[in-house]
Amino acid sequence: MWLFNSSVGKKVVMSITGLGLVLFLTFHMTMNCVALFSAEGYRFICEFLGANWYAIVGTIGLALLMVIHIAYATWLTLSNKKARGNERYAVTARPKGVEFASRNMFVLGLIVFLGLVLHLCNFWAKMQLVELRGGIPEDGVDLIRYTFSKWYFVLLYLIWFGAIWFHLTHGFWSAIQTIGMSNRKWFVRWKWIGYIFVTLLMLGFVGVVVTFFCYETFHWPFLASIFGGLA
Amino acid sequence: MDKNISFTLRVWRQRGPKEKGEFKQYFMEDIPGDTSFLEMLDILNEKLINRNEEPIVFDHDCREGICGMCSLYINGHPHGPATGATTCQIYMRRFQDGDVITVEPWRSAGFPVIRDLMVDRRAFDKIMAAGGYVSVNTGGVPDANAIPIPKAAADEAMDAAACIGCGACVAACKNGSAMLFVSAKVSQLALLPQGKVEAKRRVKAMLAKMDELGFGACTNTRACEAECPKCVSISNIARLNRQFIGAKLSD
Ligand code: HEM
Ligand code: SF4
Ligand code: FES
Repeated sequence: MWLFNSSVGKKVVMSITGLGLVLFLTFHMTMNCVALFSAEGYRFICEFLGANWYAIVGTIGLALLMVIHIAYATWLTLSNKKARGNERYAVTARPKGVEFASRNMFVLGLIVFLGLVLHLCNFWAKMQLVELRGGIPEDGVDLIRYTFSKWYFVLLYLIWFGAIWFHLTHGFWSAIQTIGMSNRKWFVRWKWIGYIFVTLLMLGFVGVVVTFFCYETFHWPFLASIFGGLA
Repeated sequence: MDKNISFTLRVWRQRGPKEKGEFKQYFMEDIPGDTSFLEMLDILNEKLINRNEEPIVFDHDCREGICGMCSLYINGHPHGPATGATTCQIYMRRFQDGDVITVEPWRSAGFPVIRDLMVDRRAFDKIMAAGGYVSVNTGGVPDANAIPIPKAAADEAMDAAACIGCGACVAACKNGSAMLFVSAKVSQLALLPQGKVEAKRRVKAMLAKMDELGFGACTNTRACEAECPKCVSISNIARLNRQFIGAKLSD
């Protein structure tokens, strides 16, 4: 089967799983932003995505995407190292046009993975997991307020978002190049589209975290009025 | 007239594929700026032979940038510091008096060192033999406009056909991938009516051979296209991917 035993096939799996994860991040970011405008709305989303069959199917699908993406990433990275050989150049130079992210996708991916573990402990383990075990999940808005009142969580999440940004500034156009949807003209366009999209995506995540941090730390009244009904 | 320069060469010396190699230093004095890099090595080799030492082994043939034989990794760049030029097209005027110039062979598992700076690039011949051709006899040169070909396609095919099979793309790649070479060889035929007939078989066979020979998978790092002496574009790799996926899906 070409998705297992050809180099391009393996890359196609990376690409499709990666794009699936990007799509998920887009939904996730949109839902986070609801918390900025309406606590009620956010609670409704939390309930909607609790221990319902569709939310469980979604979670399993997402976990599968992640597992396949990481498994293939490890497989490809190791076999590429082998193809490169053991002899290293004594002098190396980074040629023009080669991005930092493209040379460090695996390391960036590892940071993304560690951030994900933290995130699952912070939220998922206290919400969907509790509900699955028959308990009563914690309130989503309270969890956000608690987590991002701690400066160290804020810092870790910002580092995490930075790593995802780097991973995706390369990952986005790379994924499209891998499935062959690029040429001389579209290469430049996809790169721009990727940078703009990924930057907006990550600003959405950053915005929620920073806003809640400011609200919990400085109690600025104008923030309370955005949230409406939070306090 | 270019100035004469003096500099230190650090050259990789290795007696055979299995032997341990090491860098040897050679001091070069008063080399005119209009000496080509390979002529400079010729001067050094003549000195070594006169001193009863083994000359440095390196590949070269046409010395005008068309055969793809020359293959030196100079100061961190395949084919040296210039863009769009082969090693044989580099002149000493690019370097400064007092420089230390490090010369290494291509280093990639697919290209084992034969001796000193010469590596075994027969893997590329095997990839070509797997499908990089049109298998009908095309006879004599046809009339220029007998088969109409759109200008855009002709230009793309011509740019891909500029590949001289030197292997700098593999030498530059952190994954030891030969995708730029394979994509150029697939594209130069796939874009033209004569090559389209066998396009599916060709792309599958050449890629399978590349994988079998142990070259890595492309992660779109773009070092290949930056270092390619013929400026072959990674848009060819997108075409290779597209054709391969299409061929597999239609199986
Ligand atoms: C939020 C989670 C993640 C998203 C959205 C994501 C997205 C992507 C995308 C879109 C690509 C491009 C695919 C291609 O080049 O064809 C990619 C590549 C890659 N990812 Fe991820 N990824 C994520 C997590 C991870 C993790 C956890 C790891 C590893 C531990 C990882 C390692 C890699 C590697 C090694 C590549 C290949 C780089 C390349 O071929 O250019 N990723 N990822
Ligand atoms: S694609 Fe460029 S670097 Fe690679 S073999 Fe052809 S000419 Fe050399
Ligand atoms: S010797 Fe022929 S290309 Fe350099």
